[in-house]
Amino acid sequence: MALYILKRLLLFIPTLLGITLITFILMQYMPGDPVTAMVGERASPETIAHIRTELGLDKSLTYQYFMYLKRLGTGQLGRSYYTNRKVSDDLLQKFPNTARLALAAMLFASVIGIGMGVFAASKRGTNWDRLITLLSVGGISIPVFWLGLALMLLFAFYLQWLPPSGMGNGSLINIILPAITLGTFSLSYIVRVTRSTMLETLSQPYVAAARAKGLSESNVVFKHALKNALIPVVTLIGLDLGSYLNGAVLTETIFGWDGLGRYALDGILKRDYPVIMGVVLFGAVIFVTMNLLVDISYHFLDPRVRVKSEQ
Amino acid sequence: MLDNLSIKDLTSSTPALIAVILLIMLVLTAVVGPILVSYKPDVVDLDSLKQPPGRAHLFGTDSKGRDILSRVVYGSRISLSVGIIAAALSLCLGIFFGLIAGYFGRTVDAFFSQVFDIFLAFPSLLLAIGISAVMPPGLTSVMLAITLVGWAGFARLVRGITLSLKEQTYVEASRALGASPARILYKHILPNALPLILVAGSLRVGGFILLEAALSFLGLGVQPPTPTWGSMISLNRAYINSAPWMVIFPGLAISITVISFNILGDFVRDKLDPRMQV
Repeated sequence: MALYILKRLLLFIPTLLGITLITFILMQYMPGDPVTAMVGERASPETIAHIRTELGLDKSLTYQYFMYLKRLGTGQLGRSYYTNRKVSDDLLQKFPNTARLALAAMLFASVIGIGMGVFAASKRGTNWDRLITLLSVGGISIPVFWLGLALMLLFAFYLQWLPPSGMGNGSLINIILPAITLGTFSLSYIVRVTRSTMLETLSQPYVAAARAKGLSESNVVFKHALKNALIPVVTLIGLDLGSYLNGAVLTETIFGWDGLGRYALDGILKRDYPVIMGVVLFGAVIFVTMNLLVDISYHFLDPRVRVKSEQ
Repeated sequence: MLDNLSIKDLTSSTPALIAVILLIMLVLTAVVGPILVSYKPDVVDLDSLKQPPGRAHLFGTDSKGRDILSRVVYGSRISLSVGIIAAALSLCLGIFFGLIAGYFGRTVDAFFSQVFDIFLAFPSLLLAIGISAVMPPGLTSVMLAITLVGWAGFARLVRGITLSLKEQTYVEASRALGASPARILYKHILPNALPLILVAGSLRVGGFILLEAALSFLGLGVQPPTPTWGSMISLNRAYINSAPWMVIFPGLAISITVISFNILGDFVRDKLDPRMQV
């Protein structure tokens, strides 16, 4: 078991390094001169040369990459061109907001998603099933930013049930619309996967045996089938984190949510490259770390996987 | 495998039929629409600012008095061409590297699989943002960004297919006869992998179109005054309360397009490979 974790960790490191390499390569294409960005265009040539040496910009790219890695190791992600605040400070400050939103979205997506998926599976072939399937295809087809605007229009402006934007000092009512917006994409996938794994599970022999034993339908569905059907769904919930990171950029922009997503957008609009690269790198690291954790937990959750790897 | 599909199959599924009809209409809109609309998309008409949908302007006008219907029609060209071309490009890249990784195995496979994993480690939109932000915004940057985001997924898929196909007897026979790897890949493996690849491709076009729309929305796509569905939503979202039609129609266009691709993709997948059914 521990060996499995160790193996996965070892494979994790090259991927992590690869992420930094790609980000570093992208940074080479950033327009503008980082030195003049720091000291201004009217600085003396000596200052510029000095800073250039200090940043290692006169050395080879490989050297610069290792300097970059060294800086990353100490958590230095540079400073914003505009506010001059440390990107790492900004990220740490804004990440909890995004995490809160993502968690709410995940809760919404998994609870409603699994519920709808189970329901659709139990009502297979009926109009309910077709409706839910259609809705789930729709859910992955609607652009997140448009969905947010449409929900805002309906619930905040027309019905006036919910606030249109802002975090509102952390009160729960403000998180509802952004969470639904962010979670809908994932919800749709969860509905589809839950439905199909439920259908697959319900056709298994042991389910027929349980029914033959005379167990009630709800007993069969919830106590026996659901647990097994849920295994791939659980991993899906974790892996869908990618869609939350993507969606956060768009959702937070629409709803004025002060998280990583809006931070990224501000960086894009102002061409604040340290910010943009910082978010890209940070997002990728979180994504890949979560995938690793989900992988490892899947190992624990599914006894078949565990047995197979221990052989 | 493609002989499993026929027009008769298509008529058996109402959603798929509707999807195909919508897509044909969409292609027609993109191709001949610009000729048929009564207004040019960038003509500013200060007398008709923010008009709701009406007889003169079927979709209304935006904050600069431009006709929204014609802007949606012109925008369809960008969305469709970017979605399809980027899908094709990343498919090509993915097929190429996937075949190599899957066929040659061992170290080659280990190396390329790691490369695939690295690209797949980035959340798609974030990577697309990173790529398109460092170059001047426009058609090229969007296509490049989406291609680089999408190729690794295809590559991993093709690698998997190649791994299983290369154990087939006809491949072994071909090898025994002295065929070069290139010949085997091109003549044997690729044709058999193609249906599954096409299924995967058709399922992803929708995602590429959404990615283009998101990049446009963020200002990283094709620049104004050329209308794109995403940028139309972004430019007009301040007026969501007073003039919602400016945002509703482009968004509807995106949704209908993507849902049609997805329904069609589902249909094709169900017909060609029921095992893959989600």
